[in-house]
Amino acid sequence: MSLAWELLKRETALSWGRGGGPLVSAGFYLGVATLLPLAAGPEPARLAAVAPGVAWMTLALATLLGLDRLFERDYEDGALDLLTLSPLPLEFVCALKCLGQWLATGLPLALAAPITEIALGGSPTLAPLVLVSALVGGLAFAFASGIGAALSLGARRGGLLTAVIVLPLFTPPVIFGGGALDAFASGLPWSAGFVLLCAYAAAAIALGPLAMAAACRNALS
Amino acid sequence: MISAPAFLSNPERFMAFSRWAAPLFGGLAVLLAITGLWLGFTAPEDYQQGDTVRIMFIHVPAAWLSMFAYFCLGIASFLSLVFRHALADAAAKSAAPLGAGFTALALVTGSLWGRPMWGTWWVWDARLTSVLVLFLFYLAYMALRSALDDETKAARACAILALVGLVNLPVVHWSVNWWNSLHQGVTVFAKGGPKMAPVFLVPLLLMVLAYMAAFGALWLVRIRGEVWRRRADAALSRLART
Repeated sequence: MSLAWELLKRETALSWGRGGGPLVSAGFYLGVATLLPLAAGPEPARLAAVAPGVAWMTLALATLLGLDRLFERDYEDGALDLLTLSPLPLEFVCALKCLGQWLATGLPLALAAPITEIALGGSPTLAPLVLVSALVGGLAFAFASGIGAALSLGARRGGLLTAVIVLPLFTPPVIFGGGALDAFASGLPWSAGFVLLCAYAAAAIALGPLAMAAACRNALS
Repeated sequence: MISAPAFLSNPERFMAFSRWAAPLFGGLAVLLAITGLWLGFTAPEDYQQGDTVRIMFIHVPAAWLSMFAYFCLGIASFLSLVFRHALADAAAKSAAPLGAGFTALALVTGSLWGRPMWGTWWVWDARLTSVLVLFLFYLAYMALRSALDDETKAARACAILALVGLVNLPVVHWSVNWWNSLHQGVTVFAKGGPKMAPVFLVPLLLMVLAYMAAFGALWLVRIRGEVWRRRADAALSRLART
């Protein structure tokens, strides 16, 4: 267990320190949120209508930022070879890598999400739900996008390729999360969307590492 | 008794079989399409949709085939991943552009049909969106295939991606349904038999068979081409070594 803990610390530190980390992700997040009023017009009514959706979509995009380094840096310097030799199963290693990535970027982004939502004119009563769904959605994004990052190991223009592979996988969590926020904002029962979002995150955590480990073994063979 | 995939898994037997099967399917597709289109264009106008209902004979089979082709891609990928079979990988590789083509056809004809019927080229309705996401899955598959240089690695990576897509597509489909719906519901496989007059149903089913035969013919031709390309590559590298 201490091995897993060390690995998690390493992954989190790597995602935090190199490859952008929370500052770059948060900067990107705020930058996109700033562009929205400039592009769509600053009228509060118009902004408030799209605020939860934009906060949610920007979160999905910001997840893609550090992704091309998630497996690639370990693949290039040979650390991935060593990780496959470790007593921990490779599936578990991949899950820890995704978790580390989420701790370093998903968690800070989730904390920024309600601020963005309120700054864009969304209702403050919505903020707790935005925070919680961004936390859960970030996990779903991190584990689904890890599959794309592992598959494009050793590919030309891996970063762009990862985005193309991953974005279709993001449709269900975006729908569920956006649906829950929309329902909450218009006073409808919102729990269904939120529970489905949690279910998708759970499935991604359970099944994603299997695909990631298979893809890593293939890239290393 | 030897099963069909096992029988065809031998490349020699496959090449011998596809040599006559591909033209046969092609001829069958042309015959069925001519009959189906003839019956479709001589069918009476729909009482609501008028002449535009004839787009259905092009659109609905394309939409079905877009899903059928992904199913074939998934099966072939599974076989190539589990048995590491080169021919199964060739089949998966060849199915992807065909499936993308059928999906694009379904999207374009659907858009052309939507304009007179719904008054708009595109709506963010559940079925349209899930077909669009299916198209994105095809694009991702082809992008990954073209980005990896090592063929055996590309084969396995693409097979994993195809299986991830196979697991995800029902979820995507269901999630978009949950989200919104304007498209016509299930008509042909509805409970208590098809809710469609036989005068439309017969040409529609003929067109579906024609599309299936055309897909079979094109698929076989593309697999043959892929096998020949690999043989040429192998021969080249043998030549380079001597």
